[in-house]
Amino acid sequence: MFNKDQWNEILEALSAKPLRTFITAFGVFWGITILVILLSASTGLENGVKRGFGGMSTNSMFIWTNSTSKPYKGLPQGRYFNYKNGDIDALKREFSQLKYVSPRNQLGGFRGSNNVVRGTKTGAYNVYGDYPEYILQQPMKITKGRFLNYTDINQKRKIAVIGEGIIRELYEPGENVLGTYVKVNGVNFMVVGVYKSISTMGGDSEEKGKEIYTPFTSFQQAFNYGDIVGWMAITAKDDYPITDLKPKILELLKERHTIAPTDDRAIGNFDLYAEYSKINGLFGILKAVSYIVGGLILLSGVIGIINIMLIVVKERTKEIGIRRALGATPWDIKKQILTESVVLSLLAGMAGIIFSTLIILLANSILDGLPDASEVMFANPSISLTVVVIALLILVLSGLIAGFIPARTAVKTKPIDALRTE
Amino acid sequence: MIEIKDLHKSYQTGSSSLHVLKGINFNVAEGELVAIMGSSGSGKSTLLNILGILDEADSGSYILDGVPIKNLNETVASRYRNKFLGFVFQSFNLINYKTALDNVALPLYYQGVNAKDRAEIAMSYLEKVGLASHSHHLPNELSGGQKQRVAIARALASHPKVLLADEPTGALDTTTSYEVMELIQGINDEGKTILIVTHEPDIAAMCKRNVILKDGLIIEDKQIVQQRAKLYV
Ligand SMILES: Nc1ncnc2c1ncn2[C@@H]1O[C@H](COP(=O)(O)OP(=O)(O)OP(=O)(O)O)[C@@H](O)[C@H]1O
Ligand SMILES: [Mg+2]
Repeated sequence: MFNKDQWNEILEALSAKPLRTFITAFGVFWGITILVILLSASTGLENGVKRGFGGMSTNSMFIWTNSTSKPYKGLPQGRYFNYKNGDIDALKREFSQLKYVSPRNQLGGFRGSNNVVRGTKTGAYNVYGDYPEYILQQPMKITKGRFLNYTDINQKRKIAVIGEGIIRELYEPGENVLGTYVKVNGVNFMVVGVYKSISTMGGDSEEKGKEIYTPFTSFQQAFNYGDIVGWMAITAKDDYPITDLKPKILELLKERHTIAPTDDRAIGNFDLYAEYSKINGLFGILKAVSYIVGGLILLSGVIGIINIMLIVVKERTKEIGIRRALGATPWDIKKQILTESVVLSLLAGMAGIIFSTLIILLANSILDGLPDASEVMFANPSISLTVVVIALLILVLSGLIAGFIPARTAVKTKPIDALRTE
Repeated sequence: MIEIKDLHKSYQTGSSSLHVLKGINFNVAEGELVAIMGSSGSGKSTLLNILGILDEADSGSYILDGVPIKNLNETVASRYRNKFLGFVFQSFNLINYKTALDNVALPLYYQGVNAKDRAEIAMSYLEKVGLASHSHHLPNELSGGQKQRVAIARALASHPKVLLADEPTGALDTTTSYEVMELIQGINDEGKTILIVTHEPDIAAMCKRNVILKDGLIIEDKQIVQQRAKLYV
């Protein structure tokens, strides 16, 4: 259907009135430019926000304890309780859908009293007792040494992984960190690793770089926690949304701790998956809005092409008459008008894609040049191949639509009447 | 070559109807050179357009080279025009953004001839009308006579059975008209059937047969002794 001759015919016709062709093409050019930029900007925002999650396992929730809000089985309202090591085993046993159940304990912290001492220097930091899986749920970058492992857990080693923020405050510049000791609430822990936070979600990254991780078992022993578990980070396997499992998990824990099944306040929880889903939904809407807005602008470009093609057809009525006298079939004529408008919108659209790609590249290089690029909720705005393919399909379709009415008009006139027009 | 019987054609304008052709009977054999004459509004162009399958008669029969032309759809009509007919118009009707060569090649394009052969054939017809040197000129760079020669070359390019010319010399001065007629006579000498609509008696005299229309009827149809255009140029 598309050969070199036809191509020449089209180029000839389009270049006969270059300025008009350019102006007509501009509408489509502009529409596709806006469409692509909107889509890539929403991708950029999505990338930025999702980077904020820093690779956290998003199918996770965190649960902690509050005081009970209802009396139950003879126990009073306002009672405090704690999770126990047994809860962890019970959860793992009852829910095969769970990937990780990490108990955690926490000491001290932000605005607390100084709880960590090294030589003459002191500081107030969050100190955690954790399982090795924790790094999979909340990824961080180990810059020196290692993270916790199961030997640490089993042997209750007094070791610690500390944040780079702490090193700045407790160490001299250039000092060797690994193998040194820090004293937490009077107990010595040997530093075996240094981490750097990579998530900007859920608080201050400055603060997140000032934490100390110790083995859960050592923590319980060193600070006399017995088998108390402060809170838990629970991650489900990918196919089981944690949000769906949550009611059953809470039910089990309530039963184990004699809490009224209707007591919704006793167990505090933060459902990361639900939050993440909300954000995902938001980006779906943002994409849809981009398509609609870009599509509507593109539509006005398409209407421009219809308009011009109608004028072109009217202007060329005589020429069309001549062609038909010389043996062009109605389909020959239609084909030419259709391909002309498809080529016009494709050329304009590809120019638009190239133009918007340049803008995106520019935006990227500006973003990369920012000193604190990782703090910006916008990253790597990009157009995927899918978007380009979709855009091209839209263009071909628009071209066909734009050419359809003019093409019909072009063959509606009888050849003899077409020849008579001046 | 052409057989028409009892051909009628009326035009509807608003509520009134204008009966233009009122029963034309007329045959043309292969190799004839016919002038169709008559006063303005007598229906000459109407007749020629019907012969050219650009328009359709209301009643009567038309057989072109043995093929009945009746109730054709536009696609078939286009094919027949392409295969059987060559047109020459008073106003040349060249496509203004195409060179002389491309204009001549256009009917071949619609015949599906490939680009190389098209250029070759078109060039040979331009040579025939003496315009090989102007093959890459656009129509507005040519004189009226040259334009009409290009149009004739284009009409011949698809190798039609019949050449139809509606006042081919109407827009040309006398000398140029005679040059064009000389060309047409030459083509006719090679055996092509040609019908020319004209007002001018001197042009008609250069044909071999004169048909005179009046009020939608043929009032005179006579063979004549052809004047050779060459003698006047
Ligand atoms: N499309 C049309 N609609 C209505 N009337 C028409 C149409 N075409 C031609 N006519 C009328 O038909 C009559 C014959 O027209 P035609 O063009 O055949 O005349 P002609 O003999 O070629 O005249 P001329 O020598 O001026 O070219 C004229 O009265 C004209 O007004
Ligand atoms: Mg006429």
